[in-house]
Amino acid sequence: MIVMTKDTMEIVREQDVVPFRNRVREFGTRIGMSLVNQTKLITAASELVRNMLKYASGGKVILEVISLNAKTGIRLTFKDEGPGIADIALAMRDGFSTGRSLGLGLPGAKRLVNEFDLKSNPGEGTTVTVIHWKHGR
Amino acid sequence: MERIPILKMGPFLLVTIQIDLYDRLALTLENDLINMVSQTGARGVLIDISTVSIVDSFMGRILGNIASMSRIMDAETVVVGMQPAVAITLVELGLTLQGVYTALNVEKGMELLNNKLGDNLELDDEEEEDQDDRND
Ligand SMILES: Nc1ncnc2c1ncn2[C@@H]1O[C@H](COP(=O)(O)OP(=O)(O)OP(=O)(O)O)[C@@H](O)[C@H]1O
Ligand SMILES: [Mg+2]
Repeated sequence: MIVMTKDTMEIVREQDVVPFRNRVREFGTRIGMSLVNQTKLITAASELVRNMLKYASGGKVILEVISLNAKTGIRLTFKDEGPGIADIALAMRDGFSTGRSLGLGLPGAKRLVNEFDLKSNPGEGTTVTVIHWKHGR
Repeated sequence: MERIPILKMGPFLLVTIQIDLYDRLALTLENDLINMVSQTGARGVLIDISTVSIVDSFMGRILGNIASMSRIMDAETVVVGMQPAVAITLVELGLTLQGVYTALNVEKGMELLNNKLGDNLELDDEEEEDQDDRND
């Protein structure tokens, strides 16, 4: 895998969400990602930064344009040092929420992107990595 | 403080969301709309999201809240102009806008609200007639 462009953004307050989404859109536009695929990726990204803010009081996101086997895409890595997730399978379930919310963020984000990986250790934090290809597959 | 303007058009309220809402602005809009429905006795709320490029679960919840609170005050909510990419994404995300009607554009949204209003008026009439019958 080749990383072609790389950028990091700190997400510490609610006001950081819109500029972050715009940055993801810039990346998408730059590689010629279609509108539907941009919308899916940005929506997933929006869910993940919201979780970071809500459950881990913020963190950072690494944005990368990557290339693998002649495919171009965007990889986003969401890292926080919050409480972590004890039961990942449970957290990934539709409707599960400790925040009295819809419990849609994680499973929904997973459905929207091509690759989704969540690693978490209670007490250490959570890292979610997603990849979405230019053509959505 | 920044605010999204709400227009009153006859028995309806119209809101055009032209920027990506950050959370506080969205919550302010929710409050303002609900206050205005109760103050004006509006029977319908039209929310034009034709220039909104992202609707995530937070934004979806706001729309749902507006609809359910408006309904308690006897007003229906129609979201108009949702971009196709947004609609496709919402389905995959798994978000259903419960209690929210959708229409292609403001005109169609108005039509829908007018029809709803018409239906309700007929219902009210029938109820009154029933009462008349009982009185007889
Ligand atoms: N970064 C994180 N750090 C710690 N816990 C998290 C993190 N992200 C998610 N969680 C946990 O996983 C649960 C499920 O997250 P998910 O985003 O699916 O739902 P939600 O945030 O509760 O609701 P919604 O996203 O629909 O508003 C959360 O309620 C929370 O307990
Ligand atoms: Mg969430």
